[in-house]
Amino acid sequence: MDQTKAARGTALGPSLGSSLGSWGARLVVLVPYVWLIAFFLVPFLIVLKISLSQTAIAQPPYVPVLDLAAGWRGITDFIAGLSADNFATLVSDDIYYLSYAKSLLVAFVSTAILLAIGYPLAYGMARAPRRLQSVLVMLVILPFWTSFLIRVYAWINILQRDGLLNQTLLALRIVDEPVAWLASDTAIYIGIVYSYLPFMVLPLYATLEKMDETLLEAAADLGAPRWKAFWSVTLPLSLPGVGAGALLCFIPIIGEFVIPDLLGGSDSLMIGQTLWTEFFANKDWPVASAIAVVLLCLLLGPIAIYQHLQTRNIERVG
Amino acid sequence: MRRGFVPWADPNVRPLVRFEAVTRRFGPTVAVDRLSLGIYEREFFALLGPSGCGKTTLLRMLAGFEAPDEGRVLLGDEDIGRVPPYRRPVNMMFQSYALFPHLTVAGNIAFGLKQDCLPRQEIDVRVAEMLALVKLDGFAGRKPHQLSGGQRQRVALARSLAKRPKVLLLDEPLAALDKKLREETQFELMDLQARLGTIFVIVTHDQEEAMTVAHRIAVMDRGRIVQVATPPELYEHPNSRWVAGFIGDVNLLEGKVVSADADGLAIEGTNGRYRAAAGGDAKPGQSVCIALRPEKVRLAATRPPLPAENCAGGRVHDIAYLGDVSLYKVKLADGSVMTASVANANRVTERGIGWDDEVWLTWAPDAVVVLAR
Repeated sequence: MDQTKAARGTALGPSLGSSLGSWGARLVVLVPYVWLIAFFLVPFLIVLKISLSQTAIAQPPYVPVLDLAAGWRGITDFIAGLSADNFATLVSDDIYYLSYAKSLLVAFVSTAILLAIGYPLAYGMARAPRRLQSVLVMLVILPFWTSFLIRVYAWINILQRDGLLNQTLLALRIVDEPVAWLASDTAIYIGIVYSYLPFMVLPLYATLEKMDETLLEAAADLGAPRWKAFWSVTLPLSLPGVGAGALLCFIPIIGEFVIPDLLGGSDSLMIGQTLWTEFFANKDWPVASAIAVVLLCLLLGPIAIYQHLQTRNIERVG
Repeated sequence: MRRGFVPWADPNVRPLVRFEAVTRRFGPTVAVDRLSLGIYEREFFALLGPSGCGKTTLLRMLAGFEAPDEGRVLLGDEDIGRVPPYRRPVNMMFQSYALFPHLTVAGNIAFGLKQDCLPRQEIDVRVAEMLALVKLDGFAGRKPHQLSGGQRQRVALARSLAKRPKVLLLDEPLAALDKKLREETQFELMDLQARLGTIFVIVTHDQEEAMTVAHRIAVMDRGRIVQVATPPELYEHPNSRWVAGFIGDVNLLEGKVVSADADGLAIEGTNGRYRAAAGGDAKPGQSVCIALRPEKVRLAATRPPLPAENCAGGRVHDIAYLGDVSLYKVKLADGSVMTASVANANRVTERGIGWDDEVWLTWAPDAVVVLAR
C-alpha cells in the first residue's frame, strides 16, 4: 500500500514542479474522464431519459422532447412529461422477468462450463515448456483473427441437420438419426462457450503462469502430495484469475444477443433478444431503454466485484 | 555441546545420513559425480563450493526433489532415494523462503502440521511454540507481504522446523539478508541447532558463513567432494591448492623438495630456500607447492639476520587498509606477488611502510602447508 502511494508520489512529483508540466499531467488524467463522460455517461443519461418517456408516432418516436425554445415552460413541461410507467410495464409482463432469468441462467451455466474447460487448459499451458507457451497463447488468440459473426455462422453449419456434427455422430453410430442441435439451448451453450473461451483462459493463464514453482516444492516438502498441493496452494493463489475470467465472461454473456439469436430457439429469449425486439420490431424505444437501464443495474453488482478484485490484485503486486 | 563433538572420529558411530557413490546427471552434465558422504546425528554440516559445483543438487536429493541416477541415499537404514519429498522426515528452508502468500504467518507454520492431520489444539500449541522459537510472537496474523526480509526468513525457518524433522536442509538461508543481520542470524542458527539437536545441512557459497556455523564443511567442486573437515582443519590443513585457494586468502609458492628429514622439508624455490616443519610424504626431487596464509607472514623494513630461509625480499606494490588489518601486496624478485596481512593493533595515522618501499617477508617453518596436489 505504502509503496503504491510512494510510487504515485514520485510519478506526480516532477510534474508539479513547473506549471506546464502540471497542466500536462492534468490533461493526461482528464483524457479517460472526457472519454467516459462523452461515450458512456452522456449516452446513458439519454437512455435513462428515454426510459422515462412515452412512445409516440413521431420523430423521435417518444415524448416528451426537451424544447429549449419554449424557455422555462419548455423545461417544466418536459419534466412533467416524464414517468416511470415503462418500469411498471417491465414488472407487470412476465416476458421481461423470464428474459432476465434466462440470461442469468445462461450466464451462470456458461461461466461454470467455461471454468471447467478453461482452468485445465490454462493450467496445462502454464505447465508447458517455456518455448511452447507463446505458441499456445497464440493459438488461444488465433480465433480472433476471423470475424466473430463468421465463426458463429460456421457453428450453424456444424450444428445443422446434415452438418458436420451429425455426420460424425451418424458415422460413429452414436446416434441413429440426425439430432436437432440448432434452435436449442445446447446450441447457445456451445456457441457461447466456444466464443468466450479465450476470455476465460487468458486471465487464468496469466495468474497460473506467474506462480512460483518453489511454492509447490515447499508444499511437497511439508508433506502435501501433488493433488493436495494443488488444492491448498495453486487453487487459492489462482482465485484472482478465476474471478477475473469468470466476470469477464459472465458480464457480457448476460447481454449476449448474436449467439442466442443465430443459434438459439424462439421459445425463450435472452434479455438481449427481448431488447432487440422492443427496439426494432415493436419500435418501443422507451421500454427498450428501460430494459437496458435495469440490465445495467443488474450488471453493476458483478462489475463492482470485478473492480474490487482488480484493485486488490494490484495492491498485492505493489 | 560444541566442544568434544567429534562423532566422525569414532569408528563405532554410524552416520545418520549417508550418500553412497551417488551420481546425478542433467543431460550431458554430471551435477554430482560418484559422491560418498556421511552426516552424523546432531551435526551442523555445511556444503560449500562455487556455483554449479553440485551442492544444491545434493541438498535437493536429500529433500527428494531429485532422485539419484546411481548410488544410494540413506537415512538411518532406509534407502530414501526414491521416496517422494512429502514422505520424508526431512524439511527444507528455501533460499527464496517460498512462503505461501495467501496464508498468514500462523497458516504457513501450520501447513505441514495440517498435512499430518494433527488435532487442532496440538497444531495451535506447536505454532505458538515455533513463533516463540524464532521470536515472532504477535506476528501470527500477518501475511508474508507485511513482513520485513528478516522476519520472513524467521517464518520460513519456523515453518521448516514445525514438523520436527530429523534433518533440516537450509538452501542459502541467509543470502537475502544484509551483512549485519546475516552475522547475527548465523549465531542464532547455531544456538537453535544446538538446542534442538536436529541435523542441519546448510548449502552456502559464503565460506565465512560455513566456517561460523558448521561442525564440519564439505568443500565441493565439479560434482565431487574435495575435502571434508572441521573449519580449523580446513583452514590450517587444506588438502589441495584448490581448497587452500578457495578457503580464505593464501600465498602459493612453487618449489622442489631438496631434502626431507626429521626436521621437515627443505625446498628450493624461485624466491630462495624454504623450510617446512612437516611435509607429509613429499620425497626429495618432487615438485611441491607451499601454502602460506597472509596473517602468518611477518613484514619487516630491514633484512633479517642470516640464515635466510623462509625469507623473501620485494617491493610494496599495493596497500589495502581494511580497518582491523592492512594488506600489503609485495612484488617479489621473480615478479610474483605475495600478500602479508598486518593487524592494526595500534591506531596508526602514519604507516611505517609505504608504497614502493623495499621490505622483507619472513615466516615460521610451521606456518606453511606443503601441498603435492
